[in-house]
Parts: sequence; structure tokens; C-alpha cells
Amino acid sequence: MAGKMFNREVICARGLRKKYGDKEVVRGINLSVSKGECFGILGPNGAGKTTIVKMIFGLSPPTSGTLLVLGMNVNGNQREIKKHLGVVSQEDHLDSDLNVGENLEVFARYYGMRPAESRPYVKQLLELMGLSDRYRSKIHELSGGMRRRLSIARSLINNPDLLILDEPTTGLDPHARRLVWQMLRSIKEKQITMLLTTHYLEEASILCDRLVIMDDGIILDEGNPRFLVKKHAGEEVLELGLREKPEFWQNEISARFGDMQKGSLLLGDSLYFYLNGDGKVLLNEINSLATPVSYHLLRPSNLEDVFLKLTGKKLETES
Amino acid sequence: MIGKTSFLYKYRPELSMLFWEVFRRNMIVFNKYWFSNIMFNFLEPLLYLLALGIGLGLYIPEIEGLSYLEFISPGILASSAMWATSFECTYNSFIRLQVQKTYHAIVSTPVSLDEIVMGDIAFGAFKSMFYGSIFLVVLFFLGYISSPLALLVPVVLILSGVVFAQLSMIWTSVAPNMELFSYYFTLFITPMFLFSGIFFPIENMPIFVQRLAWFTPLFHSVQICRGLITGQFDPLLWANLLVLILFAAILFFPPLILMRRRLIK
Ligand SMILES: Nc1ncnc2c1ncn2[C@@H]1O[C@H](COP(=O)(O)OP(=O)(O)O)[C@@H](O)[C@H]1O
Ligand SMILES: [Mg+2]
Repeated sequence: MAGKMFNREVICARGLRKKYGDKEVVRGINLSVSKGECFGILGPNGAGKTTIVKMIFGLSPPTSGTLLVLGMNVNGNQREIKKHLGVVSQEDHLDSDLNVGENLEVFARYYGMRPAESRPYVKQLLELMGLSDRYRSKIHELSGGMRRRLSIARSLINNPDLLILDEPTTGLDPHARRLVWQMLRSIKEKQITMLLTTHYLEEASILCDRLVIMDDGIILDEGNPRFLVKKHAGEEVLELGLREKPEFWQNEISARFGDMQKGSLLLGDSLYFYLNGDGKVLLNEINSLATPVSYHLLRPSNLEDVFLKLTGKKLETES
Repeated sequence: MIGKTSFLYKYRPELSMLFWEVFRRNMIVFNKYWFSNIMFNFLEPLLYLLALGIGLGLYIPEIEGLSYLEFISPGILASSAMWATSFECTYNSFIRLQVQKTYHAIVSTPVSLDEIVMGDIAFGAFKSMFYGSIFLVVLFFLGYISSPLALLVPVVLILSGVVFAQLSMIWTSVAPNMELFSYYFTLFITPMFLFSGIFFPIENMPIFVQRLAWFTPLFHSVQICRGLITGQFDPLLWANLLVLILFAAILFFPPLILMRRRLIK
């Protein structure tokens, strides 16, 4: 079958577009996800992440462009593709009429596995996800974090070639989130190809080998997280709060010390300098100009800075 | 050759035996709750039977050579099967579709949306057969079964169950919210219940009501059930059966297509 013919490109999108009515929400993107990597799509709410995921598993046919999954076109090969897919959707779609064990066993049946075949595997997955003692629990007895881990366990029941995680930790408290990250890392060690969408920078930096930054249906840049940070935001960021005339001071400082920075960004009264050189030196120079600084912060650059610089807006909308 | 952009290609059915897995999923849930649902699906028709059959029956000497209780019991059986299926494939299917998002979870597996809808229809037909057959057993012990042909009633209930399930799924696939199901019952199911020859023969009704009855599935299933249970076998029952089969055939595609239009955007 076509399924076994793909070389190393697990997902390949070329000029992919999606329109809902007149509104184009995915506007011509190219993606290439290789076998074994964890590939991230980082973007704010409404960027089009879920739409891409839905196009992959057939809930939303592409308007134009091509989308190949495991070497097969999503148009016309849905069943074959889905045999090899695991999907953890953004909202929990657990079957609340069934208990924990049944959720996995019934799901295994959808892949044509008899309970006798799937049961040992079910036990193993529950163990992997820290849910061994929950085999007979009802879904509503589980916490949000447990439900998410169960969704992940369920998505692995068919031993997928591609695991899709759509915002796997959105809505979880920090502790539960960390637990999910830990489990995703152990899945990653098994060399399963993963596509992960998120609007959490930390999640993307911790888990993804490569990612795209997406906003408003368009990919802004692509690469390894550390490479992207270095490319756009240098090593360090100097953040200044200005009491007056922020534009003037942005121009003034940029003109005088252009060689020490990769660029700057003004957001309200806050001025961000992305630095090449030593931040302390620049800070001293700025202070010697009697700049009206209300606060300053010198810190290592991160993906938030990259996003801010590429889009001019902040990424995280909830804690 | 059908072009890849044509309507026919877009809606070509994707059906395999995997729909049984959806049916089976519903059966697992059914096995947990069937006993607590007996009340609703079984006691209610029994109350109708007793209240009308014994109460009203006192004033009605006989209809078509049957006591009033004998006359109405096959119709109440057929309608209780209809109610069970209709509730299943409206409220329960809608909860799976819209509230629990069970359909969304299943379409991410190799099971197609067509198979999910088919699985729910098969399960609706099963419920028709199950609750109707329990009623049949009660009628047997009450002594209201006069013919061994009654053993064929479950088969008829499966067929009529398929039709009611298809009709309900059509409504479910277009209903924006659960409140709208009361319209389905008030405008469609209840009138059918009252005017399908269960409580009185429709021969005495205005001619247009008689014509209309032929276009409702319940009328036919009542006629066939009555014939099989009382043993008054009229060759016209073959026509009733044929109409039911026609209904099932005509209604085969609409629920599949409408559900795709709802879910796949
Ligand atoms: N079925 C739909 N009909 C119309 N618009 C939609 C539909 N689904 C999503 N959208 C719109 O598409 C855009 C992208 O949505 P989505 O892919 O869910 O973004 P994300 O997952 O990145 O938050 C949003 O503006 C959203 O409102
Ligand atoms: Mg989303």
C-alpha cells in the first residue's frame, strides 16, 4: 500500500489553504515533518493550528494546495491514513459513557483489534501514563490532567506512525502540565513522529525539535527553537520602561548603538533591544544619556521575543 | 467515470463492517443501563394498554372482530418500538454528536462518519426490536397472541426500527440544539402515534387522512404487527411490508449525507 511507500517525510504540505466561507484561515502554508521528529506549530488562538490538524485527519478538507500524510494525499486516502494516526484533540473527546479501560478497549476495536489483542497493550499504556490504578474509574472521576493523559494513552492504542497533539496542555494547571510534558518526553524517546500545536512557549521549547511560528494563517518562520531565538532575538534582551517620548529614545539609542543590537521593538511604553553584545555595556551607555527609564530588565532571549518581534504582539493570552 | 469534484464522488458512501464496532460500543453502554430504562420504554406502553384497553374497552364492544384490548395491543407494541428508537436516535445520538463529541473522537480512527451513523441506526433498530419483543412476551402471557406468526414480529420491528432511526438521524444531523427535538416529537411522532390506526381503524377517517397514513411508516408496521399477532393475515400486508422496505431504501443516503455536511467543514 501507499502507506509504506513514504520515504522520510511524514507530513508534506505545499501551498495549503483553507477557507471557511469567505474567510481564509490557512493562507498558503508549506510544511515538512520528518520521521521521528517532534514538530511544533506555535501560534496564538485563531492562528489556524486546529484547522491544520483537522485537515490532516479529514474533518476539514483542504480548499486548495496539497497535503500528503505518510506519503498519501488526504483527499481520498482518509481511512488508510487514519490507521496510522493518533490524535489528541484540543478538547477531551473521551467517551464518558465508558470507563477508563473500556475507553481504550473500545477504541482499539475501531482499529480492528480484539480485546484479547489489545488488553495487554491497554495495561501497558495506562502504566506509561500513570493511570494503572484507574482501570475501572469513570471518566468524570478523573482530574483534567488525568483525562488528558488518558486521551494521550488512547491515541497510542494503534501504535501510530504519527501522533498529533493539539494544544495538549491548554487548560491544565502548572503541575498537571509538567506531568504531561514529562510523559510526552518519554513518548518522544520512542521515536514516534509528533506534530504538536501550542501557544505555550515553554512547551514548544522543551518538546519540539523544530517548529514553525504561525499567525493569522501564515507561517512567519521555521527552525530549531534555539536557532530561531538566536536569529531574531540574539542572546539577551534589554527591556526598558520609558517615562516619556519612547519613539524618540528608540531612534536615539538605535542610532548611537546600532552595532550592539539586532533590532528593537516598541510596545506601549516598553522598549525591547535584542542584543548581540554585552547588555551591561549598553545599559551603562543608556544611563549615561540620562534616558528617562522607569525600569530595566536584562534577561536571556526566548521564543516570546521571537514571536513579539515577528508579529508585534504577545503570544500567551492565559497563564 | 465520476469526476473527483462531483457531488456523487464527494458523497460516495464509505461503508464497511466497521460500523458494527460503533453498534457494539452502544451495546456496551446499553448493557449498563437497559434495566433502568425499562420503566420508560416498557411500563409506559403497558399503562396505555391497560388504561385504554380495559377502561375505554368497556364501552367498545369490538373492532374488526377483536376485543378492544386485542385490537390496540399490536399497535401499542409497534409504537413503543417507535418511541424507543426515536428517543435513541434523537436525544442520545445528539448527545454523542454534540455534547460528548463521541463522533469526533471516532472519526479520527479508521471508522468513517458514514459508519458511525450506520452504527447508530443499527442500534436504534436493535432498541426497536428489544423493547417491542419484551412487550410481545408480556402480550403472550396476557393471552393476547393468537398466532405463531407473532414470532415474525421482531423482524418487522427491526425493519421499522431502521426507518424510524433513519428519520431521527436526519433530524439529529440538522438540529442546531436539543430543544428542537420536541418539535420532531410534537409535529411528527405524536401525530403518527395517534393517527396510524392504533386506537381506531383509519377506514372511518376522512379520505385524506387515510392517504396520508400510507406515507407514514408507523401505519404499516402497526398493520403488519396486528396481522401477525392476531393471525388475521391479509395479502395487503405484503404491500405494507413493501412500503416499509421502500422507506428504508429511500432514506438510506440522506442521514449519511446530512451528517457529513454538519461535521465535515
Ligand atoms: N468551522 C468553522 N467555520 C468558520 N470559521 C472557523 C471554523 N473553525 C475555525 N474557524 C476560524 O478559523 C480561525 C482559525 O481557527 P483554529 O484553526 O481553531 O485556530 P487555533 O487552533 O490556532 O486557535 C479562527 O478565526 C476561527 O474562528
Ligand atoms: Mg486550536
